[in-house]
Amino acid sequence: MRHFLYAAASLAAFATPVAAETIAITGGRVVVGDGSAPIEGGTVVIRDGKIVAAGATVAIPSGARQIDAAGKWVTPGVFAGFSRLGLAEVDAVNGTNDKSGGRSGFSAAIDVAPAIDPFRSPFAVNRSSGVTRAVVAPESADSIFAGQGAIADLGADSNPVTKARAFQFAEFGEEGAASAGGSRAGTHLHFRAMLREAQDYAAGRDTFDDDLLKAEDAKALLSVLRGDTRLLIHVEGANDMLRLMELKREFPAIKMVFVGVSEGWRVARELAKAGIPVIASALNDLPATFEMLGATQSNIGRMKDAGVTVAIGMINDRDSHQLRYTTQYAGNIVSLQYVPGATGLTWDEAFAAISSVPAEIMGVGDRLGSLKAGKAADVVLWDGDPLELSSAATMVIIDGVEQPLGNRQNRLRDRYARPTEGDLPKAYDR
Amino acid sequence: MKSNLRWSILAAPLALAACTNTSEAPQSASAVPVEKLRTFDKNPYPSTYKAYPGVATAIRNVTIFDGEGGRIENGVVFFANGKVSGIGGADVAIPEGTKIIDGTGKFVTPGIIDIHSHLGDYPTPSVEAHSDGNEATSPTTPEVWAEHSVWPQDPGFSRALANGGVTALQVLPGSANLMGGRSVVLKNVYARTVQGMKFPDAPYGMKMACGENPKRVYGSKGRMPSTRMGNIAVNRQTWIKAQEYKKRRDSGKEYTRDIGMETLAGVLDGDISIQNHCYRADEMAIVLDMAKEFGYKVSTFHHAVESYKIADLLRDNGVCSAVWADWWGFKMEAYDAIPENAAILHNTGACVIIHSDDENQIQRLNQEAAKAQADGRRMGFNISDAEVIKWLTYNPAKALGISDKTGSLKAGKMADVVLWNGNPLSVYSRPDKVWVDGALMFDASNTKLRPVSDFELGQPGEGDVK
Repeated sequence: MRHFLYAAASLAAFATPVAAETIAITGGRVVVGDGSAPIEGGTVVIRDGKIVAAGATVAIPSGARQIDAAGKWVTPGVFAGFSRLGLAEVDAVNGTNDKSGGRSGFSAAIDVAPAIDPFRSPFAVNRSSGVTRAVVAPESADSIFAGQGAIADLGADSNPVTKARAFQFAEFGEEGAASAGGSRAGTHLHFRAMLREAQDYAAGRDTFDDDLLKAEDAKALLSVLRGDTRLLIHVEGANDMLRLMELKREFPAIKMVFVGVSEGWRVARELAKAGIPVIASALNDLPATFEMLGATQSNIGRMKDAGVTVAIGMINDRDSHQLRYTTQYAGNIVSLQYVPGATGLTWDEAFAAISSVPAEIMGVGDRLGSLKAGKAADVVLWDGDPLELSSAATMVIIDGVEQPLGNRQNRLRDRYARPTEGDLPKAYDR
Repeated sequence: MKSNLRWSILAAPLALAACTNTSEAPQSASAVPVEKLRTFDKNPYPSTYKAYPGVATAIRNVTIFDGEGGRIENGVVFFANGKVSGIGGADVAIPEGTKIIDGTGKFVTPGIIDIHSHLGDYPTPSVEAHSDGNEATSPTTPEVWAEHSVWPQDPGFSRALANGGVTALQVLPGSANLMGGRSVVLKNVYARTVQGMKFPDAPYGMKMACGENPKRVYGSKGRMPSTRMGNIAVNRQTWIKAQEYKKRRDSGKEYTRDIGMETLAGVLDGDISIQNHCYRADEMAIVLDMAKEFGYKVSTFHHAVESYKIADLLRDNGVCSAVWADWWGFKMEAYDAIPENAAILHNTGACVIIHSDDENQIQRLNQEAAKAQADGRRMGFNISDAEVIKWLTYNPAKALGISDKTGSLKAGKMADVVLWNGNPLSVYSRPDKVWVDGALMFDASNTKLRPVSDFELGQPGEGDVK
């Protein structure tokens, strides 16, 4: 039976998306995702791919397909705050790895959108774990500017990109210095010089001095300089963040978002004052580098307490394959509430940090990230607390379309549930 | 030491010169003059670990997972003089003078054991100067010992203790080499020297590696091995040399010591366990035949992401699989990894161990096990919490040859104990207190019982809750 369902599902994965239905999900514990408390026995209504309503007293439209969610949790899909989803099938197999385009000779102009492949298996695996949207960033190589990232949906269809060129990604700190000649001084010099070149480019090609940027790169950076495109900056150390905040004062139009941010708690008040939101690694607690000496799992809680807008993301942490860790990481941040001296998030805050908050930080909070009316209908049903290790997604809806939950790992599981061969070799068992 | 004991038994009829039970005298009585007798210390870097003082302690009203698959509700565990002295239900009598801890709502397990760690030989900060895990200059380096790379100031030990409840760990050489060298088993207690951390009388292990890493590292240098068949060929040639060495050693004739060959001969003697990095099922099957060919035993396949495909074979050969819950896709030989690996192995009757190979996931082995349990349940394999805890305690202890000393809460064993603030298989639970040999080495409520390595002293975040 399971086999049959999967076969049907995998066909669907390559077909045109099914038209969005009108759906009413009833009787579940509804988590809106905006930090509010769960609603017992709530109803979620979806029409034309959008949330119509979610709450305790919601009318069920006639003709709606009703889904009984009694005993289940109903939440917005997980919005992975930082990833390299769809950019690699096997990280160490170069032909399948599109994370870095640094050797192309371009930098800021690189656009990951066409490289995001929804047929790569991390799409199906993470979809079946309740991840419905992801921030997808390129990796840097020879420039502090890695290129333009996208927001992707994990739907089983051929259109993975929700928003192309949603942000520019840059490396500061140790990684940035390495690509800027070996010093943080070089990073800042490159940053200013490249932005100046972009301005020159805007002023007219005659004055464009292309020492550092090609014309395409300059165009991409101009959008950052004007504040049209967010600038996500990977930065871990307290001093690097302080110095970046100075750059922010120098270039006030730039919409900076810090990523990683292991020492964010050390400069939390300054971050809050500067209005810079962060997409933080949840569980870094080791001095992996000298810019992470102060790393602690209480980082997120302390920043939140200081008034910083904080989402959870996983930079350089199995970020092409294991977006499904997002719920576990959020659960760990909740667990800190029960550790003396530690600072975590409440359950409601933690779920918001993996749904509405990253959407808001990325500038798509008006249409993604929660079950509020008008948002894209990314809805997941879970057989228990979605942050708990024993729970799993039982239904995933993206843009109002119920998704197949099968993946290649399930097929291997089914083939080898009983490892010994039967009447024929395992190669015939499917 | 188990291996020394065995050595002293083997050496006894042959020895003429005075030799301690940490020496061998591998020569015949008649052929070699006494003055030429070669004796050497089998344990030249001995453990100097000493249990720290503890007080007789009893935890009551607590849920106990004993590490061997047993579960006791509303139970009592007590320990004194560094050893578990009693475990049972609420009716167990607690001796007078015992410090009583109320464990209401809490859980007790044996200390968690990570069979695969690089704490100390790939410590944080992960700078080049700290990269001491792979002697990647020859495909076979059985002569290196991981303990000679271990930096006892690795901040990672403290995180593994405080967040992971880890009380013992095997630190291995890396996997660049087919034969990577000896491992060392440590108590997770900071010391000034690695000797001060060494688990007393733990047998040595030897790291071997299948697959992609050795063939890539050496193939890229234009030397053998560059293929999987090359991997096996180099291994077999080396085992033949080891057999010859052992034969010469045992013949009583003069021979020149070779510390690499001593390790391999120790494997052939059964004194040193094989800890074999091996992802793919087909390669594990080849290794099992190679082990039979040369007369050694594989203790555990590590990173055994495809064990589920040959769970019956592994069960029949008595080999453990040390696995992650769900790592996959980072390299070609990890492509067929599935989250149900552990559950299929367990259901088939094979030995399961959850390992980390990671300074972060060593802090969450309990959570990794819980995910593997849940994935099993969804395919219809219901594995109890108590059985799952065995994956983190008794099974790794057994695979390391220390299950007579630790790994379960049995009277007489080391009091390596974790009190969790909830069910350790929940994401919301953390260690509340951790005892090693009955000494309280971590207490979430006492900042003075939060170890800070030399490296972190005077740094931002010193002594912070981590």
